[in-house]
Amino acid sequence: MRAPSTPAEHKTALPLLDVRDLTVEFSTRHGTVRAVRHVDLTVAKGETVAIVGESGSGKSVTSYAVMRILDRAGRIAEGSVHFSGFDLRAATEGFMQDMRGREISMIFQNPRAALNPIRKIGRQIEDVLLQHAQAGSAAVAEKAIELLDQVRIARPRERYHAYPFELSGGMCQRVVIAIALACRPQLLIADEPTTGLDVTTQKAVMDLIVELTHERGMSTILITHDLGLAAAYCDRVLVMEKGEVVETADSEAIFKSPSHPYTRKLMRATPRPGISLRGLMPESEGRAVPSPRPSAVAVKDPQPLLVVDRLVKEYPRRTRPLDKIFGPPPGAAVETPFRAVDGVSFSIQRGESVGLVGESGCGKSTTSMMLMRLVDHTSGSIVFAGEDIGSIPAREFGSLPLRRRIQMVFQDPTDSLNPRYTAARAIADPLLRLGNFKTHAEVRSRCEELAAEVGLPLDLLDRFPHQLSGGQKARVGIARAIALRPELVVLDEPTAALDVSVQAVVLNLLQDLKESLGMSYLFVSHDLNVVRLLCDRVMVMRSGRVVEQGPTAQVLESPASDYTRELISAIPHPPL
Amino acid sequence: MSDSALHAAAAPGQSSPTILRHARHVVSENPVTGFAFALFLLIATCALLGPHVAPYDPLASDAAAILQPPSLKHWCGTDQLGRDIFSRVIVATRLDFVIALSSVVLVFAAGGLSGTAAGFFGGWTDRIVGRISDTIMAFPLFVLAMGIVAALGNTVTNIVLATAIINFPLYVRVARAQANVKRDAGFVLAARLSGNSEARIMLCHVLPNIMPIMMVQISLTMGYAILNAAGLSFIGLGVRAPTPEWGIMVAEGAANIISGEWWIALFPGAALMLAVFCFNLLGDGLRDVVDPQRRT
Repeated sequence: MRAPSTPAEHKTALPLLDVRDLTVEFSTRHGTVRAVRHVDLTVAKGETVAIVGESGSGKSVTSYAVMRILDRAGRIAEGSVHFSGFDLRAATEGFMQDMRGREISMIFQNPRAALNPIRKIGRQIEDVLLQHAQAGSAAVAEKAIELLDQVRIARPRERYHAYPFELSGGMCQRVVIAIALACRPQLLIADEPTTGLDVTTQKAVMDLIVELTHERGMSTILITHDLGLAAAYCDRVLVMEKGEVVETADSEAIFKSPSHPYTRKLMRATPRPGISLRGLMPESEGRAVPSPRPSAVAVKDPQPLLVVDRLVKEYPRRTRPLDKIFGPPPGAAVETPFRAVDGVSFSIQRGESVGLVGESGCGKSTTSMMLMRLVDHTSGSIVFAGEDIGSIPAREFGSLPLRRRIQMVFQDPTDSLNPRYTAARAIADPLLRLGNFKTHAEVRSRCEELAAEVGLPLDLLDRFPHQLSGGQKARVGIARAIALRPELVVLDEPTAALDVSVQAVVLNLLQDLKESLGMSYLFVSHDLNVVRLLCDRVMVMRSGRVVEQGPTAQVLESPASDYTRELISAIPHPPL
Repeated sequence: MSDSALHAAAAPGQSSPTILRHARHVVSENPVTGFAFALFLLIATCALLGPHVAPYDPLASDAAAILQPPSLKHWCGTDQLGRDIFSRVIVATRLDFVIALSSVVLVFAAGGLSGTAAGFFGGWTDRIVGRISDTIMAFPLFVLAMGIVAALGNTVTNIVLATAIINFPLYVRVARAQANVKRDAGFVLAARLSGNSEARIMLCHVLPNIMPIMMVQISLTMGYAILNAAGLSFIGLGVRAPTPEWGIMVAEGAANIISGEWWIALFPGAALMLAVFCFNLLGDGLRDVVDPQRRT
């Protein structure tokens, strides 16, 4: 996977991209903010460089400055940007338009947003080719089909006529890559190209990028928050923190002996095999007493807390309006409804955490929504603490005392908090509706206890969500979920929207809460490394069915199904 | 970013509330909004203190001074009965303002609530509310307002009602679209898990979150409501002479334009234009204040 070039070549040749002392400023209503400060970055011909950092570290802004696509409020305040001898900072806008796409191209995070939804993908590739006069109008269609073929899109001649919504996320990203590479640029900037894609798709897309760029001798800048990805695919790694580059080194060296404390902290916080949950925390904050995981000694209740039996959720397929009136035409095949969840059975013991793993669209979210009684099931049964809660319609469930005993932590902490409610009001919401509190003072003091439990500073309780950081919002969401002391908490990718260092803290908090309150967790995730840390048992789902379930160690070390094996092998690992 | 906003941000203690600071930021970025706010204050003052600040009694006719052109004594001239136009324009502000405001508040409550319910619950609620607003939209709106006032009778209450009814679909559509987006938000699911009833989720969680957009809608339709009330009076429906009202005054003056007395129609017309202009600009400014996209 590594570039064939040697470090000696890097030093002798003039670098393709040479960024010196780059400082980018944004003017906001609170004054001027320096998003990037004195960044040096060189990329040699054929080299792959990763810029790694957490959100807000300025890694994307650096690349936008190189492309000169900063938004209205941003400007390059200091420094120089040279691309194969041209001064990009001083270049005219017309010159930059010529450079973008032809010499430097970019792949963005969300492939669907990067494609025009109402234009055929073949046409969109042609647009770039024609714009930069890479092909005449006669040959352009053939060229586009050839490009689709190169990014491994099966049946390119048919797919040429497809619209973006007809393709999966991974396919869309391939089309974006085809557009980016159409004019054979010298430098490719990939800004989180696989965030939001499934891990097996991520592997396919990254392999493709690396293979194509090496084939053509291109240089690549990979912007990512994932150290494992950076290590697996790049020659050199730059680590950025708060707008500054804190460390630059060859990717093998940086993982063997990270020199900067921030790099060490990031590496520690990255979930990986052979590490415990406590091991994610920075050394200085490590706990004096590493508590053993008590799940093995979980309360041995003969009756499981939750038993799910042959749970099915069907969604009707689209029927044509005329068929509704006249019935389906004679001879037409009767369409079976789409089964999002297809006969799932499992049980959760008291005090146990069970991981539910699968790629997008496998039915894991639908399953958790049915358990939460937010969605009605089609058939099967859900028995919670001896009661068949599956037979209670979702509409009525909210007013039952049972509601208190099953709660949920949502994926996106920002989206799951009402923007008009303060943290205290959000935490108090379940207490006011379902708790037995007489006065507001009682509710308030309970809120403060809960905030203390989840480690939320009390002075933040009166802030609104937009005044809190991602980690603080996650704590508010957790406090709200545990406010009524539920017995089962469904965690729907609770850390997917968080940085790794925040994720480490939140995962530890969840583990502590589970130990002190004796709750059971159903942990829904796409990330096997995170599931490994928190869960006693794992279920792997694929197209609505559970393909494998068993103790975490067993499933992850010696998987029985091919699919699980594929999932595990697709996770990029830092070379430790 | 202007200097004043920088100073505001750097002010020790940051004592001023966030909304005020933000408003100052918006005004400094867009002086037109500041102008609209100033104009709004002027209109509000006239509406509140009108009869007390007007130099003459708006109803007192003076046979000795009919059809006087603008002069130092009568700033905007006098009409065919010798009434001071300047005083009449100022005193009329209250009536026009009250008609527009009460109709907008009425339609805000009715349209906002039913639109939110339509967007949040969907199904039959959506169909019924949708068909009602489609029915209203099927008529030319001003003709519908004329019909309502003509049928119900020539009173101020009926002008308010007619103006509210023709604005109903606008509010329903904005509220419905917003509620439709918000009903799938994570915080709505979370509220359901906390044991909130559907009605409570709609009123306490969804509605407050679509308020900002509705506030903008209020300001944008306010100008239209003023114009509509004046329009009804202009064609003889609604407020009747001799009550000072911009629409009637323009109607009365229109007959005299040919004979050269342009000031009778011009000044009430200008007041009407400024009021509509002010509320439209204010709507644009308010949108900047409440639009999270513009918050940095």
